[in-house]
This record gives sequence, structure tokens and C-alpha cells, in this order.
Amino acid sequence: MSHSEDVQDRHDVTVSSNNLRKRRIVERLFAASGILSAAIAVGILALVLGTVLFKGLSQLKLDFFTKPRPLFGEEGGIADALVGSAVIVGMCIVVAVPLAVLIAIYMSEYAGPRVSPFLRIVLDVLNGVPAIVVGIFIFGILVVGHGQSAVYGALALAILMLPMVARATQEVLEIVPRSQREAALALGVTKWRTTWSIVLPSAIGGILTGVVIAVARVAGETAPLLFTSSIAANQVSLDVSHALPTLPVAIFTFSESPDPNEQAAGWAAALVLIAFVLVLNIAAKLIAGRQRRKLEGI
Amino acid sequence: MSTTTTDPAASGTALERRGIPLGDLLFRGAAAAAAYGVVVLLGLITWKILDLAWPAIQEFGLEFIWTEAWNPVTDTYGALTFIYGTVVTSVIALLLATPLSIAIALFLTEIAPRRLAAPIATMIELLAAIPSVVLGLWGILVFGPWVAQHLEPWLESTLGFLPIFSGDPSQAGMLPAALVLTIMIIPITSAICRELFIRTPRELTDGAMALGSTRWEAIRGVMFAYAAPGIAAAVLLGLGRAFGEAIAVTQVIGGADYISRSLFAPADTLGSRIASQYQGATSQLQAGSLLYLAAILMVISLVTNVLAQLIVRKFEKQRRAV
Repeated sequence: MSHSEDVQDRHDVTVSSNNLRKRRIVERLFAASGILSAAIAVGILALVLGTVLFKGLSQLKLDFFTKPRPLFGEEGGIADALVGSAVIVGMCIVVAVPLAVLIAIYMSEYAGPRVSPFLRIVLDVLNGVPAIVVGIFIFGILVVGHGQSAVYGALALAILMLPMVARATQEVLEIVPRSQREAALALGVTKWRTTWSIVLPSAIGGILTGVVIAVARVAGETAPLLFTSSIAANQVSLDVSHALPTLPVAIFTFSESPDPNEQAAGWAAALVLIAFVLVLNIAAKLIAGRQRRKLEGI
Repeated sequence: MSTTTTDPAASGTALERRGIPLGDLLFRGAAAAAAYGVVVLLGLITWKILDLAWPAIQEFGLEFIWTEAWNPVTDTYGALTFIYGTVVTSVIALLLATPLSIAIALFLTEIAPRRLAAPIATMIELLAAIPSVVLGLWGILVFGPWVAQHLEPWLESTLGFLPIFSGDPSQAGMLPAALVLTIMIIPITSAICRELFIRTPRELTDGAMALGSTRWEAIRGVMFAYAAPGIAAAVLLGLGRAFGEAIAVTQVIGGADYISRSLFAPADTLGSRIASQYQGATSQLQAGSLLYLAAILMVISLVTNVLAQLIVRKFEKQRRAV
């Protein structure tokens, strides 16, 4: 068995070394396909961003930001959706971030080597639950019987945000040097004080990066809001006990409309959303860079 | 890594033996409650979705899964059309995205000079940041019409002998949906593959190249063998994402109650059917059937995700052992 394999191997080697030309061509093809694939991905990004910019920019006037969505084909804006999105995402941050940080603290400071990986898997699986299923979950436990509301929308988004921020935070907490904790504990500082005043401040940049990226993702989520905060009046409102219009849901309805005016409004709204998301992502990159330098400087 | 997590806890217990300060107790309690709360939350989501779907599950039984029907007039419903749509669009997306993602990751780690690799990696990350509803808007207004006018006629003229590439071109259908999904999963799988390739020990590929293999031969023979389980996990995570995506697919797939052989024809996935009919359900049974679809979707994505996580865990353990 091993002998025949050996012969086979030797045979292969001679064949391939005789085919140096062929091997060189394969190597070239490999490099070319890598370059081509990266070019395709970057090209798609440029195409989508370019289209949104080109079609959306002409619509962006001051009125677009200050007027609510039009009722019957008249000129209007997205003020109501902007306010609604801000309110819902704001509530979502308030609910999700403290919880996520607590989870991460438990994982990195308290849980043992068996519990921590288990919680990691649970968070990753929760992160993989489709957004639309999370929407139906909130629909099932809260919206049925109470009706839609901005609070429920925020809760649905918070469920999506929780694992993202918790995982990001846990990963930074793990790279905060152990010597920092030991120094504080040796001085007789209680453990929770050490975590609160020593560990968290060193990790704040990383936590912030995680939060910013999560906000960028959650702000563009549509599916959970369809079930929890989509049937809303076209007016600026801060009443969180009722459904509020949001930017993603507005884009979704605009995109399904046959009216070219509404489609144009959809492009402009998409431009606003995408600009917001990209700015957040770039900000996250900058914060992450500063955090890395800070932790490496120690 | 795990040692850094346990040691502070160990010194904590030493403190606790001397009498636990109230602050510590409260803080630890709150953190533990939040952490185990997540476990409860995941269980609660699973239970509630199954509970919501239960009336429909009782009414239709498991037959629902392989019944091709969606007729509000006669009140007969089945999931096969949507399972078919979900699987076909996701598998096409995967077949296209996997080689592309691997090639992109290899480009970033092996081919591109470092100064070029970093900005390109950032741009591919930004592709992942585009909200699905915006991608869907582009899909329905720009990409779909292009597919119908150029891509589909071309596919039909070259591969029209295959039933999947025949039929009338249409702006909304399985093909544009699969392509939009491809765009959505490329950044996910390529980011994971890149991470894997970066972490492959240099000496392995260097050794292969020192023995006279070309870069590609070293990658194919050594790196792929090393990273294979990780690539499998990356593919599964991409698949999970493709299964669960509802909004962009709803915008471009068109919607249909029956299975069409042609990829050009409109269809529906589990997610898109739920998203498009959530408000229009006319009867209790129809609403229940939508929830049944949600339960199927949830089970499928839970299985894919847990599987991917287990592969990742196993892979990490192996690597630590090496």
C-alpha cells in the first residue's frame, strides 16, 4: 500500500516538473483570479455607492430633511423617518449597551474556562438568528395584544445589537493586560472597583468601536421593524408608545412603489442612510486604531 | 487566552473567602444575570417562535414542509415553494461567493502589496456595511432591469438548453436574488478566510516553496489543507446569512406561490414570503402558516450556525494542540 503510494507520488513529481511551463501558467492564472476577484468586489461597492450618490444627490435639499413624507405625490421629505430612526436606535443603545458590557465583564472577569466559551457560542448563535425571526419574536410576545410601538422596535433591534457589542467588548477586555488588574487587587481595591475603574477605562476605545459598528448595522435593519414599528403616520412624532416611521422602512416602501417621485425619494433616503453608516464605520476604524496604539503603548 | 480569564477570578475567590464586599456581590450578580439572561433569551426566542407556529403545526403536520401550495382562497398552505426558493438562491449565492471570497482573501494575504491590501480590505468591509434595504433598492431599480435586459438573454442564448436558463427574462426573480445574496455574503466569507490565511503558520507554506513548489501549489497543498475546516465554517456562516436575509430578497425576487424551473422566474424564499405577507394575512390559518415558515427558517439557521460554531471550536482546539 505505502509502496504503491510512493510510486504514485514519484510519478506525479516527475510529471509536474516536466511541465514547468504549465505550472507557471497555473501560477499566473492564480494571481490573475485573485486580482480579478478583488476588483469585482471593489467594483460592486463603487457601483452601488456611485448609483446611490448619483440618483440621491439631486434630491437632497433642505426641505427633504425638514418635511415629513408626502401623502399623495406632493413634495415631501423624510424628517419623520429621521426622527423615528434616531429615537428607536437611541432607545436600542440605552437598552443593549449596558447589558452587553455586563455580559462581557462576566465572561472575561468571572466566568470559568468552561462557561466562557459556552457563552461565546450562545452569543454567536444569537447573532446568527435571522433579523426577521427576532422581529417575529417581539411581535409574538409584545405586539400581539398591545399593538406596534417604537419601544418594541427598539427592543427587537437591541436583541440584534446585544451579541455584537458583547462579543466585541469581551474581546477587548481579554487583551487588557493582567498586570493592571493584579496591581489594583494587590492594593486592596475590590474586584468590582478594579473592573469598573481600571479595566473598563483601558478598554473603552474597543468597546466604543464595537458599539459604533453595531449602531451602523442596526440603523439599517428593516425586517425587525416591519413587525414592530411600521404602521405609522407620516408626521414627526416623539411618542414612543406608538409605531414611529423609520429610515429603513421608508426606503423599503419607497422601493416597492411604482411612482418615480417616491423612487427618487427612496434614493435620497438611501443616500442619507448609507452616508450615516459609512461615517460610523470610518469612525469605528479611527477609534480602533487609537485603542490599539493605547494598549500597545502600555 | 483562557488563563487570563480565570486567574483574576481565582484571586477574586481568595478575596471572597475573607468576606465578600457587598459591591462585589452586586456587581457579580448583575453581570451573571445579564450573561445567563442571554442564554434564557435564546431559549425564549426558540420556544416562542415554535409556540406561535404550534397551531399551524398541529393543523398541517409535518406534511406542510413538502407541500407545494399557498392558496388563501381554499386555505391550503405548504412550505415547499419557499424552502425550494431559499435553498436554490442560497446555494447559487454560495457557489459564486465561495471561490470569489477565497480568491479575494488570497489576493489580500498573498498577492497584494501591504499598502494596497489594507485599503482594499477596508472597502470590502464597507461592502458588508451597506444596509440590505439599500442593496435591495439598487437591486430592484437598477440591477434587476440590467439582469432582465442583458444577463438573462445572454444566459439563455448560451446555456438555454438547460431548463434553469430558459424562459422569459424578468426583472424580479431567483437569479437577481441569488446575485444580491452573493454580494451580501462575499464580505463575510472573505473576511473569515483572510483571517484564516493570515493565521496559517508561515513556515508551512515557506517549507513547501523551499521544496520547489510554486506559490499556488503551496497554497493548494498546504494552506488549504490547514485552513479547510475554517473555510467550511466560513461557508456555513455565509449560508446562514443567506438563509436568513429577508429584506433585500423580498425586494428583488418578485414573489410566487409555486415552483418554477427557470431561474429567471419570480419566486419566494422563507424570509421574503414572511416579510411580504406579514400584514396581508387574511385568515388565522394563513397567519399561522407564515409563523410555521418562520419556525422552519429559525430551525434551519440555528442548525447552520451551531454547526459552524462547533467546527470553529474544534478547529481552534486542534490549532492550540499543534
